[in-house]
Amino acid sequence: MAQLHEYQAKKILAEHEIEIPRGQVAFSSQVAREIAENPGGEVVIKAQIHSTSRAASGGIRFASNADEAEKIANELIGKEIAGNLCEAVLIDEKAEIEREFYLGFIIDTTLKRPTLLFSDSGGSGIEERADSLKKLVCSIRKEPIIKDIEEFVGSSRFSVLNDDSLKTGLQTKIAEILQKLYRVAKSTDARTAEINPLALLKDGRLVALDARISVDDYADFRQKHLGIEIARELGHTPTKLERIAWEIEKDDFRGTFFFVEIPRKPEQSNGIWIGFNGAGGGGSMASLDAAQRNGLQPVCYVDTSGNPPASKVYRAAKIILSMPDIRGYFLSGSGVASQEQFGLARAVLKAFLEAKPIIPAVLRLGGNGEDIAKDLVERYAKFLPAPIEAYRKKDSADFCAARLFELISNAKTQRRKDAKSEPSAVAERFSADYEFKTKTGTVSFDYDKLDDSSAEKIVESCPQKILKLNNYYLPILAIEAEEAERGKCSECLACEFASLDLGLNAVKIEFPIEGLNIGVSENYEASA
Amino acid sequence: MSILIDQHKKVIVQGITGREGSARAKLMLDYGTNVVGGCTPNRGGKEVHGLPVFNTVKETVDALGKIDVSVIFVPAPRVKSAAIEAIEAGIPLVALIADRVPLFDVLEVCEVADEFGAKFVGPNTVGVMSPEKAVLGMMGGNARTAKSWFHAGNVGIISRSGGLSASTGYYICQTGVGISTIVHVGGDSVIGLTMPEVAEMFENDSETDLIVLLGEIGGSQEEQVSDLVKSGKITKPIVAYIGGKAAQSGTRYSHAGAIIEGGKGTWQGKVDRLNEVGVTIIEQFGDIPQKVKEISARETHQKREN
Repeated sequence: MAQLHEYQAKKILAEHEIEIPRGQVAFSSQVAREIAENPGGEVVIKAQIHSTSRAASGGIRFASNADEAEKIANELIGKEIAGNLCEAVLIDEKAEIEREFYLGFIIDTTLKRPTLLFSDSGGSGIEERADSLKKLVCSIRKEPIIKDIEEFVGSSRFSVLNDDSLKTGLQTKIAEILQKLYRVAKSTDARTAEINPLALLKDGRLVALDARISVDDYADFRQKHLGIEIARELGHTPTKLERIAWEIEKDDFRGTFFFVEIPRKPEQSNGIWIGFNGAGGGGSMASLDAAQRNGLQPVCYVDTSGNPPASKVYRAAKIILSMPDIRGYFLSGSGVASQEQFGLARAVLKAFLEAKPIIPAVLRLGGNGEDIAKDLVERYAKFLPAPIEAYRKKDSADFCAARLFELISNAKTQRRKDAKSEPSAVAERFSADYEFKTKTGTVSFDYDKLDDSSAEKIVESCPQKILKLNNYYLPILAIEAEEAERGKCSECLACEFASLDLGLNAVKIEFPIEGLNIGVSENYEASA
Repeated sequence: MSILIDQHKKVIVQGITGREGSARAKLMLDYGTNVVGGCTPNRGGKEVHGLPVFNTVKETVDALGKIDVSVIFVPAPRVKSAAIEAIEAGIPLVALIADRVPLFDVLEVCEVADEFGAKFVGPNTVGVMSPEKAVLGMMGGNARTAKSWFHAGNVGIISRSGGLSASTGYYICQTGVGISTIVHVGGDSVIGLTMPEVAEMFENDSETDLIVLLGEIGGSQEEQVSDLVKSGKITKPIVAYIGGKAAQSGTRYSHAGAIIEGGKGTWQGKVDRLNEVGVTIIEQFGDIPQKVKEISARETHQKREN
């Protein structure tokens, strides 16, 4: 679930007629100043980050005038607070608080029902006072009626709502806000929606001083208007690479590409930093555990699963290889995959042949087609500067992780000094005589490199049967170009590898990755 | 016996004319599942793999008689209406294969299923397989490999991961031990049949002697299983593997349900709870088959003694 920022969440509350403090978001200290100037007076400046220790980390500060506001905003924007990059601050009028309540909407995953929460002991640290929370189990199909919510709020056995407050209608007002919160959650596909605190101000108003809404990732398609940047729970502000990875994933529903950077903590380094690519959630997690057990510390958690096209896996590998300071590459899934493993092997090999990283790699390619996949990796290993090894079903994740550890430990001696920088043919000049677009890339042929026999082999290599030979016995599309671009070309890399297998660079496939700079080898050299 | 599916259960496929639905219907048929037909709106009257196609589930049931299971192969945004249609037509078990079904949609299906007394597996499930009998969804990629990878026996497998369902099944069968049923309950945070519910089914299944539990971080299904053991509702031996020891709090690991939130659903917490009630915890995934083989042999021996 993607978490909305406080200012975004509050805007939605306001749309549902829940009162919020007067305030505005600022992405620069100059704008922060302008907001604080009008109408002047004391303001609270709140870093827009996702952290439960925001206040403790100095992410919530008070200013009595515009100068101070600008100064504080300047100290927050662009800085890391509690491990999260702060890109904006919310400037709210300062509230005179009489009392604080907690209001929440969550999903009880055991009962499988939406649940409203209330505590009359709101404010920070509510997690530690979980006992004070009262729960009202609701239905997702029927909005709870006000009478029931009112009763629920009043029944809190911890309630300090006394007769006076009943007289002033506080209980009813809170119930109304809870009902509105249910509507907020329903309308935004929120897995959680919280107002904490809902403050009773000295002037008698009930105002949502802080709010948190986490939207179900899987409802992203019908919640486009929320402007969620990355529909993924990353646990931190997205990094540059996470943003690049999401661009690849967001509109391509062929399989899943999951990319999270694992924060590096040098002071508690518990292993050699490696890039990790899993295939399938459970197998990926098991492999991640195996890596850590064997002295390796993945700096990313990548999962390419659900039968993704080779183009997606290739881009994943390229992004991983761009990570500075990784000293090894580990690909490992469940070990017994139903999808053909040679597609995976081609994708990773293409990335390696292009990036030529000076780091060892272990690819656990267990499953259908594993023998072909292993053979492919072994044939191309000689073109790479560092060892790359492939394993099959019978080889456990722990064995493979241990093997990678060993390769990295011996990296200096084992590094291939004799490696050709690329399959020899690739270095040759390439001139595109014919090209067509695929869903996310371009395939081109250099006709000068082909004779009848090689042209035939390239046409035959295509599992989708979208190529044919023209009158000059050269490969062309057997379908309309638009069809190939719409997805008839499955981006499987078979034709490119058919050409490489013949020692030719007659086929060139480009899958661009916007915003990515490759540069891993140098870093490794420095650290090795 | 086996649970949930066998070669006699009458199965239909919703979305049978689609690319995925048609391919999977073929795989299920090839494996031995008793697929009797399917439906897709506006495609009634067609045939797929020799099976009749109808416009709605109701029409399908009217024409083919009582149906035991519907396997739904429609894109995620349409899963809710397809599942509710099946449940309202009186089908007691539905399998939701699609990944990325919105949480609120799943919650609606839960409420309708409760109302009609129906059960569902998934969403985001590769399915259910009773080796040498039948499969819902698909495991093993194709019927030929599925037949060579999985064999019938006395081990019940419950998994939150599709990949690990298949690989654990494969590795266990490699040791000569067989499987009663593999149930991939799905990786989402809210699912139909949960690990504790499936564990109880295995407890009551005469063919199953031990249960393999493939859990992971997030949620409380594994803890609920340990509660069942504690209260004596489950007495068969359980071998458990929990993924995500290396996982960080607050980050989701592939599956929608694999996230540690507010300090709940941690690896350690689950392992401790299962340990307390005497469940065998396997730390290295690769050690599962050997341990299962040992316990399976012991249980088989005890059965003969009795």
